[in-house]
Amino acid sequence: MPVEAVVEAASERRRWLSILAKAPSKDVIAAWDGLADRPAYRALRAPEIGMVLVRGRMGGAGDAFNLGEMTVTRAAVRLDSGETGIGYVAGRDRQHAEIAAAVDAMMQSPDLRPAVEGAVVARLARGQDERRDAAARKAAATKVDFFTMVRTRSPG
Amino acid sequence: MSASAPAILNLADVAPAFRDPTRESQAVFRRVMDAVARPGTIHDLAFAPDAPEGLDRAAGAVALTLFDFETPTWLDPALRGGTAEGWMRFHCGCPLTDDPAKAAFALVTDARAAPELAAFNQGDAKYPDRSTTLVFQLPALEGGPRVTISGPGIKGEASVALAGLPNGFWEQVQANQAKFQFGVDLIFVAGDRLTALPRSTRVIIQGN
Repeated sequence: MPVEAVVEAASERRRWLSILAKAPSKDVIAAWDGLADRPAYRALRAPEIGMVLVRGRMGGAGDAFNLGEMTVTRAAVRLDSGETGIGYVAGRDRQHAEIAAAVDAMMQSPDLRPAVEGAVVARLARGQDERRDAAARKAAATKVDFFTMVRTRSPG
Repeated sequence: MSASAPAILNLADVAPAFRDPTRESQAVFRRVMDAVARPGTIHDLAFAPDAPEGLDRAAGAVALTLFDFETPTWLDPALRGGTAEGWMRFHCGCPLTDDPAKAAFALVTDARAAPELAAFNQGDAKYPDRSTTLVFQLPALEGGPRVTISGPGIKGEASVALAGLPNGFWEQVQANQAKFQFGVDLIFVAGDRLTALPRSTRVIIQGN
């Protein structure tokens, strides 16, 4: 594979892993349960709950500092057809992590990908866009425009 | 840490490990603890999952149970770069080291080619427990030259007949015991079975 294709594939995978990680657990589980054909898989790493240290950089460019810890659940599964998927999700929902890993594995298989791409990944992405949009609208409605009043002092 | 950055882990080559990590690792830990408490007794780990190529079941079980992100691990060169290394990186998450003196654990599959016991971390006066624990994978735990052992956890005397150890190995063990409280602890595995000789065990070489 040429370098561009590898980078392209990695960034695409990053996109769907991000969608699966950030989606609310109930949406992920509902989307998964809605699938007609779920492949058989076995756990490579059973879902486990842990913490990760979230670090940030002031302004995105300053020195790294520790923002705080967050709960993360991770899992890895292998489909019977051989693909291996991983799931790292926010929170402590084991089922969510396992489904994320299974969807990741299916997305890597040309045969299984059409079944999950629209029904799970795109659906969750839409939900996220809608929530972001709603939050932005709500914020925009209460926006206050500050302007500077120029007060001229009357002499005396 | 190894000098070069480790290669990207190829997940497709990683085999599953414990199905129920909590219970199974506790069961393995109990047997390792019993083996160290009663040096020379042999314990069975047949319930453990299959280990990757190059590792016996008991060696894999000990690695899964004891090795983790806090334990720099020295791997036998025969295992480096193979499926066993990837399996341990994924399931144990242990950092790998090329320097025996920095290792918390060492996994030796070829005892005849391994560094001497004195080359590993011997612990320091404040923390003698920080010495290396070596796991030797042997062809068999019985049938080799017999040595007599005594010390804490052994009523009177006992003996072991580990197979596949190099010439001069027991002299190294005697030297290791002589500098107690320092020194390394030894775990021996073969197939599904395990035994241990902690640094407190005295060894008498028979036939001398």
